[in-house]
Amino acid sequence: MRRASLAATALLVALALAPAPAVADDASAGHALFVERCSTCHGSDGRGVDGRGPSLIGAGAMAAHFYLSTGRMPLQSPDIEPVRSTPSFTDAQIRELVAYIASLGGPPIPQVNPGAGSYTEGRDLFSLNCAGCHQISGAGGVVTGGTVPSLDESTPTQIAEAVRIGPYLMPRFGEDQIDQHELDSIANYVVATTRHPDDAGGLALGHLGPIPEGMVAWFVAMGALLVAARLTGKRAS
Amino acid sequence: MIDRLVDGIDERTGPMRLVRRGLRYVFPDHWSFLLGEIALYSFVVLVATGIYLTFFFEPSLDKVPYQGAYRPLHGVEVSHAYGSAVDLSFHVKAGLLMRQTHHWAALVFIAAILCHLLRILLTGAYRKPREINHIIGAAMLATGILEGFLGYSLPDDLLSGMGLAIAYSVALSVPVIGDRLGPLIWGGQYPGSGVIEPRMYIVHVLIIPLLLAGLIAVHLTMVALLKHTQFPGPGRTERNVIGTRMWPGYALRSLGLLAIVAGVLLLLGGLVQINPIWQYGPYDLAAGSNGVQPDWYMGWLIGALRLMPPVEPTILGITVPNPFFGGVLFPAIAFGILFTWPFLDRLISTDRRPHHLLDRPRDAPARSAAALGFATWVIVPFIAGASDRIFVTFDIGYELQVTLMRVAWVVMPAVVFLLTLQVCRRLRDRGERPLRGWDGTVVERTETGGFRTAGGGD
Amino acid sequence: MKRLARAVLALVTLRMLRRGGHKHAPPAEPPPEAEDPRAELTSDPARELAAAVLALGGAAGALAFVAAYLLSGDTQLLGLAAGAACVLLGVGMIVLSAGLAGQDRAVEERPLPQPEVPAAGELVTAPADAITRKKLLAGAAGIAGASIGAALIVPAASLGPAPALGRSPWADGRQLVDENGEPVMADAIETGSFLTAYPRGADRDILGSPVVVVRIDPAMLNPPPDRRDWSVQGILAFSKICTHAGCAVAMLRYPLYRPTEPGPALVCPCHYSTFDVTRAGEVLFGPAGRSLPQLPLRRRSDGGLEAAGPMSDAVGPAQGRVDW
Repeated sequence: MRRASLAATALLVALALAPAPAVADDASAGHALFVERCSTCHGSDGRGVDGRGPSLIGAGAMAAHFYLSTGRMPLQSPDIEPVRSTPSFTDAQIRELVAYIASLGGPPIPQVNPGAGSYTEGRDLFSLNCAGCHQISGAGGVVTGGTVPSLDESTPTQIAEAVRIGPYLMPRFGEDQIDQHELDSIANYVVATTRHPDDAGGLALGHLGPIPEGMVAWFVAMGALLVAARLTGKRAS
Repeated sequence: MIDRLVDGIDERTGPMRLVRRGLRYVFPDHWSFLLGEIALYSFVVLVATGIYLTFFFEPSLDKVPYQGAYRPLHGVEVSHAYGSAVDLSFHVKAGLLMRQTHHWAALVFIAAILCHLLRILLTGAYRKPREINHIIGAAMLATGILEGFLGYSLPDDLLSGMGLAIAYSVALSVPVIGDRLGPLIWGGQYPGSGVIEPRMYIVHVLIIPLLLAGLIAVHLTMVALLKHTQFPGPGRTERNVIGTRMWPGYALRSLGLLAIVAGVLLLLGGLVQINPIWQYGPYDLAAGSNGVQPDWYMGWLIGALRLMPPVEPTILGITVPNPFFGGVLFPAIAFGILFTWPFLDRLISTDRRPHHLLDRPRDAPARSAAALGFATWVIVPFIAGASDRIFVTFDIGYELQVTLMRVAWVVMPAVVFLLTLQVCRRLRDRGERPLRGWDGTVVERTETGGFRTAGGGD
Repeated sequence: MKRLARAVLALVTLRMLRRGGHKHAPPAEPPPEAEDPRAELTSDPARELAAAVLALGGAAGALAFVAAYLLSGDTQLLGLAAGAACVLLGVGMIVLSAGLAGQDRAVEERPLPQPEVPAAGELVTAPADAITRKKLLAGAAGIAGASIGAALIVPAASLGPAPALGRSPWADGRQLVDENGEPVMADAIETGSFLTAYPRGADRDILGSPVVVVRIDPAMLNPPPDRRDWSVQGILAFSKICTHAGCAVAMLRYPLYRPTEPGPALVCPCHYSTFDVTRAGEVLFGPAGRSLPQLPLRRRSDGGLEAAGPMSDAVGPAQGRVDW
């Protein structure tokens, strides 16, 4: 009797501890979802459709996670610029789709640890490689042919993914060019600058520089002073 | 007590007649006459805060690894100029307040001058005998803009450094002498030997402030000598000035306005961040940031530079680099028109008589239309300069905006001109708030500039 | 004679001022006012009190400023205190001034413009050659003044050395290194990537030095015939200094999926001059008048990159000069 219950307990424990065949399930669920929602542009086998969407063979979990978690995909139409928006899929669905795309081969979701990086090094690298498009405070901007997103909502993982993928018009940077520590530093700098900026001077006006500053000078300062002048110019009856 | 003070001055100042005349000086009352004062008091704040800054700023481009008060930049190679400006912001108590107040004052200084200039143009205050004062005023505007540019370029940060590189290219773009002019000012091919920094510094803290102070003194003396203009109204003629005496009414109001200007600038200086150079990092000629802009009063120039089509002709062996058109020719024409405005007015209106009574804008439709049309011609490039931000905010493509603005640059001034003409004529003919004579009867201007009872004879 | 005219004018003015006002018009008659500028102007006690309170508020602000300075040094507190102090004081002064009755009634005469009365004898026209002599003297004086003025400006030329513009230290064999001085390795650059490089051993802080190295999918390249061998495995190098106005060309636009995205280009963030990296840096958009100078590349035996010749063109912005 005891041997049977011992075996039963062992079996239960084994079942509890054994990894559930979740990945295989996710991938097949992901495949079904993919066919339903993505195949119009990416083909039902993920090999892409000419002129509409690229092949995702070799794109990997990294690209899938980036595009889905930032809401850049699905795209309403192939010719518009993918921009950050509320993801169309739930977290579970994203996990499934990522599993499916990963099964087609390609890089995994990159590791990144901002705490292991250095702000100063990150600032140096960002200034030389990234600020031209993303603006020195990560506020985003413009390039001919597209907009450049602000980084204030980017998680460290998404930052690392974008650096490695080079989404839309962004260049890409491999391990030989920006190694793990440098990646950590860049993530450190971006998170610090966009989430805890050193605004010792007061109201930051979106970190956009002289344009909002000029607006404040005209509409706030001159506005107040014109009112003051108007009132001062009145005299007692 | 004030009586005793005035008596005391009375008994001690030799040319008492001058002081007494000064105290009795009559200022006509209108709020729009205070706009120049806002500029003047901004200048006062600039000088006061500027003097404070000179005690801490080091105008040198020699590089050192930063080890100052702002830790995130430790170890970064920066110039003394940049490092001292950052330390001023983080190490010196009230240093950041003074830096920011100084910068806000510069922005407001030019804005106030423009408001004042608009009033001058729209009321015809530049007419004889005030042409000299107009020219002095235009000179102060040009000088002020240059002074501001030099000022924010001193800290050698990424943003202003990029602007300085552009300034070098503009200097280089002057035909014939450009290839000499740029290296002349910079002490060699850009970035030069580093002399640009102390040169900018001495111009910014000594030469231009002295020049501006002198111009202001002459400007105000001329106003005092000629006596201020006034709007037409009961009792007001070309021969008198009706208003408030300097003491005590006007002096109190003026000093009050000084305090308010200083107060607004200090409030901004403490509460609203401006030019956070520690976030921009030091300038490096191989680095760039998106969305870099000059201070607002240079916006018309960045817009002009962006709108120019890519022409770089060589005419008779003389190269004309592209930045010349937007950076030199355009502002030269604009200031040329501004400086000669009184004489253009005389030419076109054939009115050469002295005027001490102002026109309400509606009573001179052609002048008002020309002034606003000219202003529009300068404002369109301002908007073009912000096209990248407009793209991001309103999703209007950048290339599309460039095309639209190029068209607008020509079309909008004409549209505004015609519109203003119509509006002025309508307002004038509608007779709202008509001109009134001595005794309150409604009057109108005659062709020769005098007045007559409306609808009747003299 | 003048005094009589002035007296008459004064009388006329006074009479016109005394005429009764139209019921819509503000009072046309300024009351007579005292000669002494220090005469008591009546003022509203309520306003005086308000002004006093405001002034005290200003004083409190000033004290708050001192306290904030000594105890904290926080920029926002300092600005708030100092600004509030000034504003309160200013408003107090204006409130006080606005309460002073009897203003806006002072009248002052403008100095009459003196008519030009020619002195006796001046109306006689001078003899003809006197005019030309005068003109000659005036002309000579003008020319002398202008020449001396121009001569005085000339020493300003000492402010700068002779120009050596547009040159760069790049020459055949110069190795490319990154911002830390480390050699740039060809195989470390991914397709679609870019980096900033400098000539080994040269001054980095001059316009001619920085280059931007990009790696383009070779299938997208379309160079002119004489530049077919200027790239290495799709790696190209261009001057990083914009030919428009000298900013760093800090943006690379590289499409992930070419059919729906614009082609590869280097873009300058200042005025958006766009240079085609697939075709010798030609200008695609923006105000730049010249292509971006290109540096021919060669792969070194150790896998590094070196220049295979000088820059294709003068670097940096164009100069306004005379080529005669």
